[in-house]
Amino acid sequence: MRSMANDVKELADIARKIRRLIIEMLAEAGSGHPGGSLSAADIIAALYFSKMRHNPRDPQWLERDRFILSKGHAAPALYAALMLSGYLDENTKLTLRKTGSPLQGHPDMRKVSGVEISTGSLGQGISVAVGMALAAKMDKLNSRIYCLTGDGECQEGQVWEAAMAAAHYKLDNLTVITDRNHLQIDGDTEQVMAIEPLADKWRAFGFEALEIDGHDISQILAALDRADTIKGKPVYILANTVKGKGVSFMENKVNYHGVAPTREEAVKALAELA
Amino acid sequence: MVEKAATRDAYGKVLVELGKENPNIVVLDADLSGSTRTGWFAKEFPERFFNAGIAEQNMIGLAAGLAVSGKIAFASSFAMFATGRCWEQIRNTVGYPRLNVKIVASHAGVTVGEDGATHQAVEDIALMRSCYNLRVIVPADAEETKMVIRQVAASEGPFYVRLSRSATPAFYAPGKCDFRLGKGSIIREGQDAAIVACGIMVYEADKACDLLAREGISARLINMASVWPIDKDLLAETAKKFGKIVTCEEHSVIGGLGSAVAESVAAECPCQIKILGVSKPCQSGSPDELMKYHGLTAEDIARAVKQIVA
Repeated sequence: MRSMANDVKELADIARKIRRLIIEMLAEAGSGHPGGSLSAADIIAALYFSKMRHNPRDPQWLERDRFILSKGHAAPALYAALMLSGYLDENTKLTLRKTGSPLQGHPDMRKVSGVEISTGSLGQGISVAVGMALAAKMDKLNSRIYCLTGDGECQEGQVWEAAMAAAHYKLDNLTVITDRNHLQIDGDTEQVMAIEPLADKWRAFGFEALEIDGHDISQILAALDRADTIKGKPVYILANTVKGKGVSFMENKVNYHGVAPTREEAVKALAELA
Repeated sequence: MVEKAATRDAYGKVLVELGKENPNIVVLDADLSGSTRTGWFAKEFPERFFNAGIAEQNMIGLAAGLAVSGKIAFASSFAMFATGRCWEQIRNTVGYPRLNVKIVASHAGVTVGEDGATHQAVEDIALMRSCYNLRVIVPADAEETKMVIRQVAASEGPFYVRLSRSATPAFYAPGKCDFRLGKGSIIREGQDAAIVACGIMVYEADKACDLLAREGISARLINMASVWPIDKDLLAETAKKFGKIVTCEEHSVIGGLGSAVAESVAAECPCQIKILGVSKPCQSGSPDELMKYHGLTAEDIARAVKQIVA
């Protein structure tokens, strides 16, 4: 499905709705990861509602573009996009993380239509994305593979094994995006285990690396379009973001990496996202 | 002189046949394609072979990505690295999502020999058996390997197949193997005890039966190539009939075939079970010497049977 909403304003509004759903889901669940879900909302909105060719009425459409949430803990952001684009019934939103729910704490491809691969253990989604890109090349499909990683996730060795393979196989149908929100559970990435200079690392591994403001919809769309024009190598987009973006009291607060909002906090957050 | 062949050679040959029959078969390796014999497939079908380099965890992810895109993905390395290093990748990204990834590892067990402990996987059956949705097959010889690989390719979902480095005695005559997933196969009948074996230990156990026969002891020998799922019905019937079982595997006594047999028998029809396997630290040596060191020869099996029937 092409361009449900090309308009930047409309995409910003969808990102706002994604953020509202994230807060509603997490408040009801009582646990989960608000910070990294909120920071990814604009990127995910741009992908699902403008850039990617996909069809919620035919989730297995062979020529679809594919989105892999390698930072699986941002599951609520993915679920929200799948709800708003019609893969997933919005009524499931109050079941997140509850026994028997399709909305597992981390995405399960066998439980939710539209989830391309189960993720949650960091570093693994990107390897699968590389495998999908290899398959798309083999089958001469026009599909593009989009993989969203966390910044802390780039501390996993497997990320770099996957990066090496993507460049080795010249996978110009692969775009890896890092949600660079600077915070991981134990604190600032540069304090815990420094990853900078991050874009240079990806360049050294053979990617064409772009750097953008990950909350500026125009910049996100421009970078995604630019990626299509780069041939012979995979593309990396370093998206600078703010952890907890859109909820003032969560922004840049490491505590909201893995702590859900209370009901009172949710009311406050939803007022800000009205 | 018994004819010998390595199970990894049989794997390499049947992969090439499968590649010709089915364009959806893809093969991955991690810089060991010469040793695992996936190199034979690579030579025939370079566009369907992916070398991941010395990066086994990524190899498993690549295999998952290819599988989820409709391919039948065979991923090979040495058993130590394919299962030990990648356990969590297999558990989360192959097993739980039930993907069509076939992990076929060579160089399992102590018969790796001279390379020593770092390369002798004696925990791989335990590791793979504990992964949700994984099925674990340990063929007895080259003939059974051919049959197993064909069935594994034709069955949807993840598998682990355990192969050996060394040329081992041909146990089955061509066309005589009756492998079925989830079923054990009675190789010979007996009166006094039962032996359940897998992999190269089937041959040793068969020789043990000959030794025992000279002393008037007869044992039922079961080839349990399908270690997981295991043949509960045959084990229950065997436990009931004999009340005494010896298991043999070229693997740790913890978590492998012996454990699977004990778990099954304990639930259905408890009886006395003696588990033969690796319980000492691994070390370098020739395969024959190491089999003696670990107590995995026909003589060791015969001794265990005599003890249990005494």
